[in-house]
Amino acid sequence: MIELIILVVSAFLLLVITIWKRKSPAKIREIAALTNLHRVLGLSVEDGTRMHVSLGSGSLLNARGGSALAGLAMLRHITEQTSVSDKPSVASAGDSALGLLAQDTLQAGYQAAGVEELYIPTTGRVTGLGPFGYAAGAMNISKNENVSANIMVGRFGPEVALLTDTSDRDHVIAIGASDDLAGQSVLFANTPDILIGEELFAMGAYLGAGVSHAASLTVQDILRWLVILALLGGAFAKFAGII
Amino acid sequence: MRVITVFIAVVSGLLVLSGYFLTGFFPVLADVQTLLLNWAIILMGVAALVGIFNLITVHTDKIRRRETGSFYSAILVFFLLGTFFLGLILRPEHGLMGVVMNGIIIPVEAALMGLLSISLLYAAIRLLRRRADMMSVIFLIVAALVMLGSATLPFVNLPILGITSRWITQVLALGGARGILIGVALGTLMTGLRVLFGVDRPYGGN
Repeated sequence: MIELIILVVSAFLLLVITIWKRKSPAKIREIAALTNLHRVLGLSVEDGTRMHVSLGSGSLLNARGGSALAGLAMLRHITEQTSVSDKPSVASAGDSALGLLAQDTLQAGYQAAGVEELYIPTTGRVTGLGPFGYAAGAMNISKNENVSANIMVGRFGPEVALLTDTSDRDHVIAIGASDDLAGQSVLFANTPDILIGEELFAMGAYLGAGVSHAASLTVQDILRWLVILALLGGAFAKFAGII
Repeated sequence: MRVITVFIAVVSGLLVLSGYFLTGFFPVLADVQTLLLNWAIILMGVAALVGIFNLITVHTDKIRRRETGSFYSAILVFFLLGTFFLGLILRPEHGLMGVVMNGIIIPVEAALMGLLSISLLYAAIRLLRRRADMMSVIFLIVAALVMLGSATLPFVNLPILGITSRWITQVLALGGARGILIGVALGTLMTGLRVLFGVDRPYGGN
């Protein structure tokens, strides 16, 4: 029952804050990786190079599908921004369903930019099934397809080191975010720009993907404070012998 | 068409979600949930085939255009189709398919894992050159302490290293990990709700 209450309260807050944010735009702190992402987006269009969006090998059928969905939201925005570039952005996925959704998202981005005829279906790819198969296939894209930036957003484990290592050797800018702890620590050691923890889900708000993304951040903050209060309250109650 | 896809997605999502919470009031929801999840699993199976077809298309395209690395694409397509048809003819339980799995795929993944350890070591060495800040210093000190605490040291026995390592992994790291995972869970919840409400639509076009 508690889960249902949390869900309903979250949905209600999201709805109310989305309406509220339409009137007063959100003020958000600066995240270096996302500022750099903005810069990289502009540069790739200007110098006619490609962006590679790696969506990881997360399945949409389990609880870790959230990071893949966040990656797709970001892919949609990047596609819109780079659709008129000489070299279209490429998206790679390590899960078939995610690969199909990546193709659909790319097409939607081109449609939104009004240049649907430029969409190439093979820019959305499944490079391998499973973490290492995926990484091996995605390494190939960064190396051989005139890529200037590799944006990794989704489910990545330690295998992400293979991707970042390739990016490093080929002087490709790497920006990474993963919902996996091992993946995050590897990204921290391997890339100058990394998003830690829930910053992965803040990308939409920073890239201007819509009011609902900014509202999501506010609801996340409210829920985080509630969790902190619950933890402190629980600790106090245990200390006082109440529970 | 777009409205229909959004409607189907939102209703399916709500029905599956209701199946977790409201089966006490509406028992039929459990059957609906199972049915929808079974459909999803079947669709995932079909998607796997489509994904493999996509992989073949991308690589045959590379071979046709004689792009850089097309030799590897040719090897990939050849062995992918070979394994696929061999599996169809012999069935996956056949001994030869076991050899393909245990003799090729698993060793190759293990080799990649070995390569990974070198990559990580190299990254750790270069970390301070790439990002010379307090967090990097802490990261390296903690990594070194945990590794020294886990390893058997020659000639010396320093129990303090083991105690420090255990305290770092079981108190500091565990607390931090839980904090990050709570943040990720909240972000996942919000992303899920946006998809459920049809605000984010990673399906059905624009």
